[in-house]
This record gives sequence, structure tokens and C-alpha cells, in this order.
Amino acid sequence: MAEAVFVVSAVIILAGAIGVVASRNPVHAALFLVQTLVGVAVLFVLNDAHFLAAVQVVVYAGAIVILFLFVIMLLGVDKAEELRIEPIFGQRPLAAVVGAALAAVLGAVVITGADVLTGLRRAGGERSLDGDATDIERMGRVLFGEFAFAVEITAALLTVAVVGAVVLTRRASRSDASETAGAAP
Amino acid sequence: MDLAGLAVGWYLALSVALFAIGGAGLLVRRNPLVMFMCVELMLNAVNVAFVALGAGLNDVGGQVAVFFVLVVAATEVVIGLALVVAINRRRSGATADDVSLLKG
Repeated sequence: MAEAVFVVSAVIILAGAIGVVASRNPVHAALFLVQTLVGVAVLFVLNDAHFLAAVQVVVYAGAIVILFLFVIMLLGVDKAEELRIEPIFGQRPLAAVVGAALAAVLGAVVITGADVLTGLRRAGGERSLDGDATDIERMGRVLFGEFAFAVEITAALLTVAVVGAVVLTRRASRSDASETAGAAP
Repeated sequence: MDLAGLAVGWYLALSVALFAIGGAGLLVRRNPLVMFMCVELMLNAVNVAFVALGAGLNDVGGQVAVFFVLVVAATEVVIGLALVVAINRRRSGATADDVSLLKG
């Protein structure tokens, strides 16, 4: 059963990924991205990470892809892109070669390192997945215990991102613009 | 490292394929929005590997790592799309190649 679910969702994920890369219209690429993200959420459920699966659907497929679509519509770049012209000569073949090399190197790492990590299997304790605590309970304990400082840093990161987005997209007000114009030699 | 009768290696193989597709897409596409989507693909490949290894090693740390990756992905998209909007305001229909105009 698990194998069947894995194979089906793997096919869905890879088809969506290829769709993102190959589709000419950015809106279609965003919708293929949703396909991949939902497939990954299914894999999370298969690994008993139910909270992460919910977050994946809500935050990624919900918020992030909607943000993408919003910007696509806002900028009016939802026209099909001409993929046949190549501004940089040899970009496509080189990209394919680099992608294949990346897959080869990572595949070699996985094959040679597959048995290295088995000795680190956790036998018990707060972080082990044994017992009848739910995954969200376990994650909460670890996040606000062992990783409390990292959570604080994350809060700072989110604040910086919000302030940065506002500063980047702010139009300079008239008085600011005239001041800069006046200051320029 | 067996998990519900499924070896972690299969998840890692899927993760490698997804990461490579995302990386190749990042190099091929010129639309900055689609390039960001390819970065999301690569981040998701890493998330699959984290969750599968965490389950295989009986450790909730993999799920915690995915949680932080999700936060970083969200901030990255916010800042990246703000940059795209700012560049498009100056020069509409800009592609990644047009960033070379920033040279002095």
C-alpha cells in the first residue's frame, strides 16, 4: 500500500516539476507548482508528518502560490513566453548538462552514503517518534525546548522580511523625490 | 532504515530527481518568477529528504528542520517578489538578463 502511494505521488511530483520548468505561461507554471506541492504533502502524510502536510498545503499551496499568481497578474506577465529564442548561446544544453551532473553527484552521495546514517537511529527520548504523542505535540516540545533560540531568530527574520518588502515596494513620495532631485548635481 | 515497508533510499532518489529538475529549470528559465518557482522545487526536494530521513532515523528533528525551511522559503518569496515588482516598475517585462543593466 505504502509503495503504491509513494509511486503515484512520485509520478505526480515529477510531472509537476517538469511542468513548472517546461510551461511557457507563468500561470501554468504556478499551477504545476501546486501539483508538486500537494504531492509532497501526500509524502509527508505517508511519513506520519501530518502537521507538516497541513502546513505544506496551507502555507505553500495556499499562501505562496497565491502570492506568485498575484504578482503575475499585477505585473501583467501572464503572456506566453517565447521559449524557442535563446539569448545566451548554448544555455539550454549547458543547463541540461549541469542538471544531469547535479543528479549524478547527488545520486552517488545517496548510494554510497545510504547505510552510513543507520547507526544514528534514535532509541528513545523526547525526539524519538515512538510513543503515542501526536507529531504536532512532539514538534512543539522540541521547537520550544531545544530549538527555542532558533524560533526567536525566525521571528526576527520574518520581521526583517516584512519591513524589507514594504521598503522595496514603496513608491518614493513627492517630497522625497524632489529632495533627491534637488540634491543631485 | 525501513519505513512502512519502504526504504528511505527511494525517497532520497525522488529528492535528487526533484532537486536536479529544479536546478536545471533555474538555469534555463529567464522569467524571474518562474526562476523563483524552481527554487521552491529545490526547497521541496530537500524537505522530502528531511522528512524521510527523520522518519527513518526515528527522530522528530527532520520535521523541525522542514518547519524552519518553510519559514525561510516564505521570507525568500516575499523579498524576491518585492524585488521583481520594484524592477518591473522601472522597466516592464524585465527578464533575468536585464539585471545586467545595473552595471555602471
